[in-house]
Amino acid sequence: MIIANQKPSNEIWKMIQPYQRVLIVGCGTCMTVCGSGGEREVNFLHNALRLMELKLNQSAHTFSEFTIKRQCETEFIEMLTEKINYVDAVLSLGCGIGTQAIAERFDNLPVLPGVNTSIIGMGTTQGVWLERCVACGECILDETAGICPVARCAKGILNGPCGGSKHGKCESNKEMDCAWILIYKRLEKLGQLDKMRKYYPMRNFQTIPRPRRLIKSVTGGNTDGQLSL
Amino acid sequence: MVNSLFEEKLDSDEFLITTEIGPPKGIDVSEMLDLIETLKDRVDAINVTDNQSSVMRYPSLGGCLLVKEHGGEPILQMTCRDRNRLALQADLLFAYSRGIVNVLCLTGDSVEAGDHKEAKPVFDADSIQLLKMIQTLESGRDAGGNELKGIPRFCKGATVNPEADIIEPQLIKFDKKVEAGASFFQTQGIFDIAALKRFMQYATRFKVKILAGIIVLSSARMARFMNENVPGIIVPQSIIDELSSVEKGKGLKKGIEIAIRTIRAIREEKICSGVHIMAIGNEHVVPEIIEAVKIPSSL
Repeated sequence: MIIANQKPSNEIWKMIQPYQRVLIVGCGTCMTVCGSGGEREVNFLHNALRLMELKLNQSAHTFSEFTIKRQCETEFIEMLTEKINYVDAVLSLGCGIGTQAIAERFDNLPVLPGVNTSIIGMGTTQGVWLERCVACGECILDETAGICPVARCAKGILNGPCGGSKHGKCESNKEMDCAWILIYKRLEKLGQLDKMRKYYPMRNFQTIPRPRRLIKSVTGGNTDGQLSL
Repeated sequence: MVNSLFEEKLDSDEFLITTEIGPPKGIDVSEMLDLIETLKDRVDAINVTDNQSSVMRYPSLGGCLLVKEHGGEPILQMTCRDRNRLALQADLLFAYSRGIVNVLCLTGDSVEAGDHKEAKPVFDADSIQLLKMIQTLESGRDAGGNELKGIPRFCKGATVNPEADIIEPQLIKFDKKVEAGASFFQTQGIFDIAALKRFMQYATRFKVKILAGIIVLSSARMARFMNENVPGIIVPQSIIDELSSVEKGKGLKKGIEIAIRTIRAIREEKICSGVHIMAIGNEHVVPEIIEAVKIPSSL
């Protein structure tokens, strides 16, 4: 899933200043699960902004709220069509995709990001989210024991650990496991250490210059998708 | 064709001594020039570090040019942290054209270690891919498969850490570096001769020269700092205790003594082909160390 972090309320406060009527839009999928922009957070932010308004003894803004199931899908965004007639801006608590999808649909409407979209990953213990994928477009998890060196090694290198790992931890962050030591241990367990002896050439960054698009036939199964510029 | 004096020495049975200098932060190269003058005839080659510890400095390439111009034998340290494959290759072509042919291929410390923590880390290549990239240049083509006008030839080196606490992945990587054309290795700092010997039992099967890294410690504080902050280095407690046992201000003297003792042991027991002395800011003591280890007492 996509994981984001809600922006500090003073940053959001500054961002909304030019707009009188602001609709706060939540997202019912990833942002709900990671607790940054679901119905609960939208309501909380709505109240916080109202309180700030009260505290400053002003009535320059009015707020409303609405949460749709997925901000990244047009059919759900359509549900905003009526509501946006009565606002001057949308404050999206969707990820970067959701925020842009709304902007793309309503071209006269200012759309503001209420979260910093951070990682593609998963939750572990309460409130801890870990990056697991960088969407590099060339998955080699079969070669690396199901542990991604591109996402989990600070240097994203492919041919084994750098010289900096100490006590199994990463040189960039002593709290973080060295991805290559994890890969080594798991490959050993799987009896696949040969995979680590293989030479991996430099990655193909042609899949990286943005924006990328994935074109897939909707009828012909899922093997013909092509990631390209 | 440019000849590498260092490569010729790698072919000999000589006990090799290399050392390294870190270029200044700024354009005043006078101290570096003094060091080059002091060291160039005492060692077999001088490494010039490449934004060492991710701290922005005068470039390795510039430092190597100065070594070359002053009659020394430079080893260009090249990390993959700050340049993509175009920049790495371009720098290599330039280096060769100016007679800089010894290259130490490194992945590079992470950006977080240095003084530009918000910089974009590149790592388009890793150390092994850099070695392979050089092999490709030597075949007359660039990494994009395009033909080169004039073909360079380098003497390629890499690093290995014989004291890594989990050694097997290091050995796998060492194999891959040999496979990718590294002909010499300068190791991470050695403090435990037994670990070096164990590594050499493994490494002697390859036709490569191993130069044991010798870090000249100047105090127990420095040793502890390195354990905390320098990637890959583990100074054992016994060495820290030894440094703590001397009175204040005598730490460097002790560090020199430890370095000399380690080098002598390596040389006398013929453990590996030579040493690479890293004095980290105290390069002026390198001649003293070299003088002390010159004549092996066994001869």
